Amino acid sequence: MPLKSNVPPGELGEKWTKYRSSMPLVAPNNKRRLEVIVVGTGLAGGAAAATLGELGYKVKVFTFHDSPRRAHSIAAQGGINAAKNYQNDGDSVYRLFYDTIKGGDYRSREANVHRLAEVSVNIIDQAVAQGVPFAREYGGLLANRSFGGVQVSRTFYARGQTGQQLLLGAYQSLSRQVSLGNVTMYNRHEMVDLVKVDGKARGIIARNLLTGELERHAAHAVVLGTGGYGNVFYLSTNAMNSNVSAAWRTVKRGAFMANPCFTQIHPTCIPVSGEYQSKLTLMSESLRNDGRVWVPKKKEDAIAIREGKKNGRDLSEEERDYYLERRYPAFGNLVPRDVASRAAKTACDEGLGVSPTGLAVYLDFADAIMRYGKSRATTLHEPDASDARIKELGTAVIEEKYGNLFEMYEKITGENPYVMPMKIYPAVHYTMGGLWVDYNLQTNIPGLFATGEANFSDHGANRLGASALMQGLADGYFVLPYTIGTFLADEIRTPMIDPDQKEFMDAEKAVADRISQVLDVKGNQSAESFHRRLGKIMWEYCGMSRSEEGLAKGREDIRRLRQEFYEDVFVPGTADEYNPELEKALRVADFLELGELMMVDAKDRDESCGGHFREEFKTEDGEALRRDEEYTYVSAWEWDDHDPILHKEDLVFENVELKTRSYK
Amino acid sequence: MNTWFVRFITSSIGKKVVMALTGLFLISFLIIHLIGNLQLLSGAGGQAFNEYAYFMTHNPLIKATSYGLYASILLHAIQGILLWIKNRQARGSQGYAVKANRTAGASKASYRMGAIGSIILIFLVIHLIQFWYQTHWGSQIETVDYEGWDQPINDLYALVAFTYTNIWMVVFYVVCMIFVGLHLWHGFESAFQTLGLSHEKWTPLVKIVGRVLSVALAAGFAIIPIWMYLNQ
Amino acid sequence: MGADNMKLTLKIWRQKGNKAKGQFQTYQVDNVSTHMSFLEMLDVLNEKLVSDKQEPVAFEHDCREGICGTCSLVINGYPHGPMQGTTTCQLHMRHFNDGDTITIEPWRSAAFPVVKDLVVNRDAFDRIIQSGGFISVNTGQAQDGNAIPIEKEVANEAMDAATCIGCGACVAACPNASAMLFTAAKVSHLAHMPQGEVEAAQRARRMVEQHDAEGFGRCSNITACEAECPKEISVEHIARLNREYLSSSVGGK
Repeated sequence: MPLKSNVPPGELGEKWTKYRSSMPLVAPNNKRRLEVIVVGTGLAGGAAAATLGELGYKVKVFTFHDSPRRAHSIAAQGGINAAKNYQNDGDSVYRLFYDTIKGGDYRSREANVHRLAEVSVNIIDQAVAQGVPFAREYGGLLANRSFGGVQVSRTFYARGQTGQQLLLGAYQSLSRQVSLGNVTMYNRHEMVDLVKVDGKARGIIARNLLTGELERHAAHAVVLGTGGYGNVFYLSTNAMNSNVSAAWRTVKRGAFMANPCFTQIHPTCIPVSGEYQSKLTLMSESLRNDGRVWVPKKKEDAIAIREGKKNGRDLSEEERDYYLERRYPAFGNLVPRDVASRAAKTACDEGLGVSPTGLAVYLDFADAIMRYGKSRATTLHEPDASDARIKELGTAVIEEKYGNLFEMYEKITGENPYVMPMKIYPAVHYTMGGLWVDYNLQTNIPGLFATGEANFSDHGANRLGASALMQGLADGYFVLPYTIGTFLADEIRTPMIDPDQKEFMDAEKAVADRISQVLDVKGNQSAESFHRRLGKIMWEYCGMSRSEEGLAKGREDIRRLRQEFYEDVFVPGTADEYNPELEKALRVADFLELGELMMVDAKDRDESCGGHFREEFKTEDGEALRRDEEYTYVSAWEWDDHDPILHKEDLVFENVELKTRSYK
Repeated sequence: MNTWFVRFITSSIGKKVVMALTGLFLISFLIIHLIGNLQLLSGAGGQAFNEYAYFMTHNPLIKATSYGLYASILLHAIQGILLWIKNRQARGSQGYAVKANRTAGASKASYRMGAIGSIILIFLVIHLIQFWYQTHWGSQIETVDYEGWDQPINDLYALVAFTYTNIWMVVFYVVCMIFVGLHLWHGFESAFQTLGLSHEKWTPLVKIVGRVLSVALAAGFAIIPIWMYLNQ
Repeated sequence: MGADNMKLTLKIWRQKGNKAKGQFQTYQVDNVSTHMSFLEMLDVLNEKLVSDKQEPVAFEHDCREGICGTCSLVINGYPHGPMQGTTTCQLHMRHFNDGDTITIEPWRSAAFPVVKDLVVNRDAFDRIIQSGGFISVNTGQAQDGNAIPIEKEVANEAMDAATCIGCGACVAACPNASAMLFTAAKVSHLAHMPQGEVEAAQRARRMVEQHDAEGFGRCSNITACEAECPKEISVEHIARLNREYLSSSVGGK
């Protein structure tokens, strides 16, 4: 079955405007009679729920958190892109569109990305109106900074807490709709199944996490804004509770999962320090503006450092390999995320890693401190400043720029990064893949929509920095509230959906059975231990570098692990109480299926693009080799336990010429 | 009464505003009270003090103000007790097994304003029975004749002096003044915070004034019994 | 370099549910590494409990990078532990010593009923925000983001307040279990912004009314909230709230 993207006809720049002006609308009096369920309260879900409420729909919102404000959007640090061109540096909607397409290594849908760039400007206006305290210049106007992979300054930010502030803006709008009675909020409710009636998404089964009770909730349409699935790797920068289950349940009901293997591995994270480690912490990409990445040239030095016999700081310039500057002289330390991550892996694979685990490289600010120190000394008319004085001045500049990040690093590692070079290593950060959606953000199941990181649409095979916040809010505020009308306009005669009909009862029963199945195993291993093992398999075979052979093995390992899970998992407690262990077990069970699908997808895609690097497909000097002739399509997978079925959506590039990315 | 007023005065901030305003008023009274009481140290058989006491009890303006003072004491105390009860309820039935009492600027006394206030209230009752009641309706008080007066006036000085011949009374007063000092140490700056009178430039000054005031008042009041005991 | 074999004694509050009676239980944890975060140390304990077929200790957490506000815990009497400006998830074991006894309790406040063990219900915070902690603007009604310049300093001060993560440490720390710092942070953040100033007085009144209705205590300016706030939000914002409230209740209509 060929997938229909439903991209409207016309010039790229006019598609959205024309489409928006001609799409079917739902009259206000009818909106009151239409119910919409939104799952997830992050930027994409929260913004969608608030806006749908404002439009007059009856909205029910679900989050498994204790409050909508806890969604993981809150952790985004750096900023949000928008083609405002406030800096007069040549930015435009087209440039943002082009950068995103190119950054995504030409594996995203042109029309969606252009729409994203168009509405990006509205997001900033909206957030300002909500009271988001963006950083300002002395003149009182909005400040911008630069991010990786682009040549303009278009990133808006609120200190290192941009995600938090944008999420709180959405949360406050949502709270307002709750207070007005337009939205009903269900905290601590986890979606455990999707209910389809006559092929359309008509509701969900939710588990009340406080009581364990299963609840049937019906609506005319269902929207998922449930985020990404990076936690399939166990260790990631995602929050501990981020999971794929809501999305995966819809896959089990027939929704397609698109490009599941497209995972973003972020180069600057704090390295793993031990077996007990539960999560990884990201250090903002902005650090690569001033930090120099290096490893020792000689293996002996690396070993001595690992054993604590030598100190990285004491190695002379000749003994260091600034490998990014050496390999990519044009972009140096500011190559895109996927490239920087792979280079770090290569260095550590060669035995040059600098932490006791051997999995870390240095991010060194010593040069930057001296450089800034000298410049500050000049400003202060201190031409004869001593080295110590210059270091002191330079440290102050670095502190001004990155103080909170350095502080966080020290809190976690106990090392002072002003003195010792930082140790970093890549970690799973974001998943570009997700539920397949058309231009309307509707999945292949009518009435089921997906927004934000939960869908696959805008970032192709690699996401640019500061674009996740943009996409989540674009979908939530400015796209879905319109496009959902294309489905709901035909539903105005549909009466309220009855949550007691057979389909709902069956779904509830299926969930109850699934819960019993997990509880009844009464084996010996915790869900957590299975999750950790799954993560290791994923990282080993479906991480930064993948091979046909490894992926085949990985798939087998996961299948075996899944079997073991259902034979030996131990979940304490019961189904009808507050039971975080049970929640975890159910999520791990879903990860065990998703992980397999990721292996299948990665194995199917015989090319290297963006975050997907296949060892068989690289250029002579080890760079990613894209194969546009064969693979310019979206892989949308229909789940089947034995052999997932591939549906292809061909990507048509009418406005952008496909080129090989080069950073040399 | 106006509904807005009831709503305001029964809200948490409204109640605190009552505490702040009455508290500040009581502090201003303490300042006047101390200045007057320092006459006790002027010797000369206490004439200056007795004349001051006569003035305070017979001037109509001061009499009128004193009703405001009584009302403030009652309001401050009752409101304080009500807040204390409310706050206990808010804390819940299960307390902490271990609790570190860290603050950001406020004194540790701030944790115990209710308890300290209660001690001061008890002190106040004893203090009023000892002197204020006696002045107005008491039988223990003698009168004294001064030159230039056409009638004898109460010899409150003698009563005070007699009271402070008892070392335990002196200790009691001094200890209670320490509590008054602690109460004011937090109370003064807290009142400004409650009234929203907070400013980057001026708040440090408010804090200094509050601290100087609480030490000066407590020390000033404590010196009197000690001095009188030593000079009996 | 840190050790990885600390032995600790944990006194942890266990409580089946809201109605149940709770009590402390003592656990021994061995082989604690100084590099572990406090929550990872509890993970190790839970892993052990599960492998012994016992019920693990329930505690809440999510982002583990100090921003989501989910984690809590009163550790040796300090909400979020003894390190200031740090959430429990960012507290590391290197701040403890081999052989230490650590007492772990939930937030204790009548308005935060215990769900289980160390987990409490903080819905009251949502309801305070719902009562007015927003700017009444619909999607699409905004003018250009640069239409109203905002002084850099003012935006910074607003950000200082807006940085609140809604964890509830202020309530846990306050001897009066008052949520004034939480309430004030939102009132002050929005009152600083010209967009939020329009509704500022009314917002303050409504949010304080809701705060009181939820059963939180009354602020007596003890400043324990600021001392324990993992984002170090200043009580200065409470003064601002008081100002807004006074002008709304006594002034205004």
